[in-house]
Amino acid sequence: MAGAGGGGNDVQWCFSQVKGAIDDDVAEADIISTVEFNHSGELLATGDKGGRVVIFQQETENKSQPQCRSEYNVYSTFQSHEPEFDYLKSLEIEEKINKIRWLPQKNAAQFLLSTNDKTIKLWKISERDKRPEGYNLKEEDGRYRDATTITTLRVPVFRPMDLMVEASPRRVFANAHTYHINSISVNSDNETYLSADDLRINLWHQEITDRSFNIVDIKPANMEELTEVITAAEFHPHQCNTFVYSSSKGTIRLCDMRASALCDKHSKLFEEPEDPSNRSFFSEIISSISDVKFSHNGRYMMTRDYLSVKIWDLNMENRPVETYQVHEYLRSKLCSLYENDCIFDKFECCWNGNDSVVMTGSYNNFFRMLDRTQRRDVTLEASRESCKSRQVLKPRRVCAGGKRKKDEISVDSLDFNKKILHTAWHPQDNIIAVATTNNLYIFQEKVN
Amino acid sequence: MIHSLWMNDQMLFSCSGCVSACTLVSFSTVLGCHPCFRLNMFSKGTKRKFSDGGEEISEETLVGARMASSYSLQRQSLLDMSLIKLQLCHMLVEPNLCRSVLIANTVRQIQEEMTHDGSWQVVTEAFCSAGQSPSERLVATEVLCRSREQDAEPKLFSVISYEGCREEEVVADETLCSVSVSDAVSNVCLAGSIGQCWEKSDVETDDEALEDSRLGSGEDEEIDTEDEPSREGPKTIGQVFGTFEIKNSSPGPDSALEELFSDVDTSYYDLDTMLTGMQSAPKMGPYDLLDSLAPSHGSSSIVSAPNCRSDLNELDHIMEIIVGS
Repeated sequence: MAGAGGGGNDVQWCFSQVKGAIDDDVAEADIISTVEFNHSGELLATGDKGGRVVIFQQETENKSQPQCRSEYNVYSTFQSHEPEFDYLKSLEIEEKINKIRWLPQKNAAQFLLSTNDKTIKLWKISERDKRPEGYNLKEEDGRYRDATTITTLRVPVFRPMDLMVEASPRRVFANAHTYHINSISVNSDNETYLSADDLRINLWHQEITDRSFNIVDIKPANMEELTEVITAAEFHPHQCNTFVYSSSKGTIRLCDMRASALCDKHSKLFEEPEDPSNRSFFSEIISSISDVKFSHNGRYMMTRDYLSVKIWDLNMENRPVETYQVHEYLRSKLCSLYENDCIFDKFECCWNGNDSVVMTGSYNNFFRMLDRTQRRDVTLEASRESCKSRQVLKPRRVCAGGKRKKDEISVDSLDFNKKILHTAWHPQDNIIAVATTNNLYIFQEKVN
Repeated sequence: MIHSLWMNDQMLFSCSGCVSACTLVSFSTVLGCHPCFRLNMFSKGTKRKFSDGGEEISEETLVGARMASSYSLQRQSLLDMSLIKLQLCHMLVEPNLCRSVLIANTVRQIQEEMTHDGSWQVVTEAFCSAGQSPSERLVATEVLCRSREQDAEPKLFSVISYEGCREEEVVADETLCSVSVSDAVSNVCLAGSIGQCWEKSDVETDDEALEDSRLGSGEDEEIDTEDEPSREGPKTIGQVFGTFEIKNSSPGPDSALEELFSDVDTSYYDLDTMLTGMQSAPKMGPYDLLDSLAPSHGSSSIVSAPNCRSDLNELDHIMEIIVGS
């Protein structure tokens, strides 16, 4: 009975599973750097700083019984990227997976794009649950038979075997980005995809690896004049000619690829005028957009800057239609957050299946659910304390100042090392995946 | 009396490079949340002459002056912090361009505001005149504007921190502004209007902030034109960005090599040409900056051969990679 819900009744979230090491000693390579459901929601992929991709699959057997919860179990693990060394620049290229994007399923195999700072790879994940037996020239263990001993012929048959999931790299899209890739986005035309780095956006064909088209280039002729970089980019979910990219100055540009080959000139510029009463030295930094996501219906887009989430109507450029404060209590702490670099954290955001609720992460392993229809928001926590099966998550409150009420946590007690940057929402059901530093939490809607 | 009060304010802030978290909270209060403050503080108060020690000073002026000093100290500290962040790009892994751009923009913002305040002149003066003094901890690092050949705009020098300045020049009467420091550094125009006269409070604030350090002689000395220095000068913002293009290569005399790199972004090298125009800038490598800042009151020395040192650092780094240690 799990609907695409969120709207209407209050959804209560329960703990379902947690993946990853329990101990507090976090290995750097295990830090989760991206989380993404596939188009059906059956598969959940995570990428980590060590260049590995882990794919979880939802168990399907229990779906017929609403009481039982479908669990996600490890389906495949593979090393997507290795650390590299750029000899020309004498710099290391990190193997950290910045983004994973699933391709829509065309056949039995699954395909995903994973990228680090410089190289995008297309991976094919396929199942093998049968194997041929009864070869004429080979023994079962693979040794060749002596041809003189063969007296009869037989036709090999497929016999079932233990399920084996294989991941193989099918394409490697390399050497197209001078700067660090921050986004990839698959086009709705199912043939192309874009990759964006700090200054350029390239358009690729999924089959062609040796060339790409540059469609946006904001690199100034003189690098000293650089004041703005690209922070995220995404294709429109339905219009294959439309994409948006966000900048470090808080602007979003919508571009139409039909207009010209090079989309430096935007079709629409989304920017909210600055509030002069809030102006400070940190205004620009906190206005920098860390993530942009189209709604599923393609009418809206959501942007995440340091303190807020904004929903934009694609038809209105001068201001967002909705603004939600994620952690406004941090506004008075900006200088400290600047000093410890937390102000540069890039939080992601996501929509639920029917675009009624949006979710984003915060500090202290808190994450926020913002209900657009009911205009309500709730803060929840992903912690080991609430790890009992089906335990309902209790809303958390942060006390900004003054008297701290019971059950509230004061701003100064927040752990800024525990940040939730990556979250994902199942495309149809109320199942969410929340990544803390090295753990993946899966929460589901409470089913009575 | 005023002196001691300002000394108390000074105690709130430790060395500009390392500020404790609790102090930062108060920073935020001023820097983050009171944007109009700056405008207000300069509308209050009266100009005082240094010699007018016996004059009645109103409460309002005092408070305004104290707030002014705290704001500019905090702003200076933010500037210092930002410059450190820019310098400390770890070059083993390519630094984050977005972060660098945002910090650079913040630095630019602060410098623009300081220019408008006129407080930038203190900085540039100290910078220009201190080039000869060995005890000077002055570190000039960034050049934000375009190269001098192209424009007539004043260049902004950013100074990370400086301890000591020529008291005779800073603490003076209103004619201070007309001191032609620009004679010393011919290529530099002081940002902001030279004719601006500061309020005395501002001047003395800076003096106190520098803890009464004195420097040697007060005259403007001729700054010798240096020969083209090594490319490894203080890293400018452009240099930081330039490293994203290509690193560790010098302009090769070999024409074949030139061809090979013909499509390489050469802004890095243009920068170097511009840097040579900063004749009075003591060239320091990125790590020297840290050294000079960390001990706030320790004795400092300008590294005598910063160019060699940074080259050595690079060589070490390359050797490490080759050896694989």
